Amino acid sequence: MANGILAVVLPSRGTLSPSSYELLGAGKALADALKQPLFAAVIGGNAAALAADIAARGASKVLVVENPSLSNFTEEAYAKAAALAAEKAGASRVILPSTVAGRAVAARLAVLLKAGLATDVTEILPDGKVRRGYYGGNLIAEVEFKTSIAVLTVAPMTFPRAEAAGAAAPIEAVSFEPGASKSEFVSFKGEESREIDLGAAEKVVSGGFGLGSAEGFKPLFELAHALGAAVGASRRAVDSGWIAYRHQVGLTGRAVRPKLYVAVGISGQIQHLAGMSSSGTIVAINTDKDCPLMQMASIAVQGEYAELLPLITAEIKSRKGHAVAA
Amino acid sequence: MALHIVVCVKSTPSSVNVGVDAEGRPKIAGVATALNPFDEFAVEEAVRLKERVPGSTATALTVGSEAAADVLREAVARGVDGGVLVAGAEFEGGDSFATSLALSSAIKKLHGEKPVHLVIFGKNTSDIGAGVVGTQTAAWLDWASASAIKKIDEINEQSATVTRMMEDGVDTLKLALPACVATVKEINEPRLPSLKGKMASKKAVFPKWTAADLGLQAGQVGAVGAGASVVKASLPPARPAGLKVEGATAAEKAAKLVDILVERKLI
Repeated sequence: MANGILAVVLPSRGTLSPSSYELLGAGKALADALKQPLFAAVIGGNAAALAADIAARGASKVLVVENPSLSNFTEEAYAKAAALAAEKAGASRVILPSTVAGRAVAARLAVLLKAGLATDVTEILPDGKVRRGYYGGNLIAEVEFKTSIAVLTVAPMTFPRAEAAGAAAPIEAVSFEPGASKSEFVSFKGEESREIDLGAAEKVVSGGFGLGSAEGFKPLFELAHALGAAVGASRRAVDSGWIAYRHQVGLTGRAVRPKLYVAVGISGQIQHLAGMSSSGTIVAINTDKDCPLMQMASIAVQGEYAELLPLITAEIKSRKGHAVAA
Repeated sequence: MALHIVVCVKSTPSSVNVGVDAEGRPKIAGVATALNPFDEFAVEEAVRLKERVPGSTATALTVGSEAAADVLREAVARGVDGGVLVAGAEFEGGDSFATSLALSSAIKKLHGEKPVHLVIFGKNTSDIGAGVVGTQTAAWLDWASASAIKKIDEINEQSATVTRMMEDGVDTLKLALPACVATVKEINEPRLPSLKGKMASKKAVFPKWTAADLGLQAGQVGAVGAGASVVKASLPPARPAGLKVEGATAAEKAAKLVDILVERKLI
């Protein structure tokens, strides 16, 4: 009988991200709900070096699957490694992050383990059922697993990050035989600008069609830098060629859930709301006080963005300056 | 060299702005359906590969109700050569696990008739939106797979070099074929159906395959074969009423906004 929750940590380019700690936070919630122990597995080319950090964050055992074939992400090899860890742990639930890699590993794992799958989980209920948004976030689904083993991916910025507080859990290396692979990793090219990743950002500043041009995004980037925020955009701004697609928030872009979402010149089409409506505090800045985003915002500021943005940026900078002086 | 490309498509509600009915189910009865928006990119890529590699064939595939033949027709109008409808009462209520098994079985059957090189999927569907069916299908087939594909660089009958959009940049991968790829909308700009395509779509006849035709038991697909099921749909909690920042000047409004953000510990 399967017993235990296995949090599968997938380092990105050999390093851990805060989403790894959120994963352990979600694992703890699931372990408490099902009254089962929490285990973790770290998969990668340098997994052993990262295991100590994970071992201090609440799991009762950490499995390490390290192999040169896992230095870069390919779907089959990682899924095979995760399936091996799940089998070693005897887990009833395997949880992963809702990233490109996490989603793909979860998908393959569900087939390998003949397990039910729920992605983008935002809530774990006391009886082990989970909730996730669907229909573009317009509805919330309550999902029940029908299999003895289940696979979940957890939405970013949703569960508390597990602190490095507990005693170090034992670390166990798992021997992994990669076998022949049908996917070969060739190369990686990083983003040129070191912008904050949208999906993992605590603050997002987004611009819409109301900014009028690519030039209009300049004061928005300055505000984002002053706030330490990632930059988002509406589909219309992206389709107009003012900003790259990777910044798009909404149904056909990224779904974000930051603590602070600032929407500038975005009217709030339902497709955009689908990607950000579960954010913590939503600030809308728009000339049209009656547009949907101004109506649903936590804080609405009516006015011209070109005038307001530099003033807000200057205000933030001056207060941060005072804080340092004090 | 000629390729056989399969593109998997789904019929989804044309608006996702739906409510909940008295039984706690999405209120989709009577809502018009259409080709899942992300599948437009997958169909377009299949057609572009056909144009790149003369003599190639593109086949659309869907699992759904009889009415799902409409999205096969749409795919033909956009330039694919034909389609296969996997339908029957036994497929109703399937999740990604059961649906990917049905798709993989249909692809196996197609592969037996005319070897398949590449199966293309959209990023995710507009209704369920899990974005896992492509990878799950590859897992059932034990084929290579890659998601978030923004470019198919080189392709021949043995391999494809693809570009994957990750959170921190782009990866280049070489996949041995046959393989399954899930695309992102950056991959292309879908064209509208041509007049010639529309004519062809009117005449198109699609074979219909049931679970028995695919060598599957009724218990392996649909609600019975699902690994997870939605027991209840609900509306998201309403957001608390908002605050309006007033001020005589823009500077006053800016200062007030920053005050509130500092007070809420967001700065």
